[in-house]
Amino acid sequence: MHGIPLSYYLVLSAVLFACGVAGFLIKRNIITIFMSIELMLNGVNLAFVAFAARWNVLSGQVFVFFVMVVAAAEAAVGLAIIISVFRTRATLNVDEVNLMKL
Amino acid sequence: MLQLVLFAVFAGVCVAGAINLLAQKHPISSALSLIVVMGSLAAVYLLLGAEFVAVIQVIIYAGAIMVLFVFVIMLLNAGIEEHTRDSKVATLFGVPGLMIGGVLVAWLLIRQDPEAVTIGQLYGGPHQIAPLLFKDFILPFEITSVLILVAIMGAVVLARKEER
Repeated sequence: MHGIPLSYYLVLSAVLFACGVAGFLIKRNIITIFMSIELMLNGVNLAFVAFAARWNVLSGQVFVFFVMVVAAAEAAVGLAIIISVFRTRATLNVDEVNLMKL
Repeated sequence: MLQLVLFAVFAGVCVAGAINLLAQKHPISSALSLIVVMGSLAAVYLLLGAEFVAVIQVIIYAGAIMVLFVFVIMLLNAGIEEHTRDSKVATLFGVPGLMIGGVLVAWLLIRQDPEAVTIGQLYGGPHQIAPLLFKDFILPFEITSVLILVAIMGAVVLARKEER
């Protein structure tokens, strides 16, 4: 048996997710906001792996693999969008990119 | 016991990196602290016996994705972010709210019987993952390859210079 309770891993996962949410809300630089999303994905991945170990099912780890693939695709497309926003607006501040805001 | 010490060390580094990501003003500092978070998370995965996940965490996240981020920060010459009135309001209410929420969740999770849910020994090396990935999950696996192709083409189309 493994000496660490499942709840420790879940708490770590929740703390990482909360830090990601906080960064998403507080930060004004579009790249940093994007990094906060990656932090949230990491927190969720940790919960997946912890539950996989808890119930002795490897499917959770395979799912983490898929989450990482989607995160990589998302990073590629998202950074391309950031580059094209910067090219048209010449700013990285999300408060100045408010064309679609009421 | 040793595992608990290792977990405490790497979890502490992880949380410190995540908080440093929030505290830093410059995007490159945030990116470097995110790399620290991902590296120590890989160590936590190793503690859980998930070798395959730990290795692809280092290769894909800390390697590929963060290189992309750092490259874009360099390309766009991102400077120190300036705060607006709205972001100050978000900081004022968001940080205490999230701390309360986080403590509440942590308390609820720890309050459960800690002995009842200790983690079993699961070995997730490539030998164990491969049959799942290439037999049970073959259709999702193939679909992700299409997803990657679409993402590559989308990135090329979006980041290309428009000829006008």
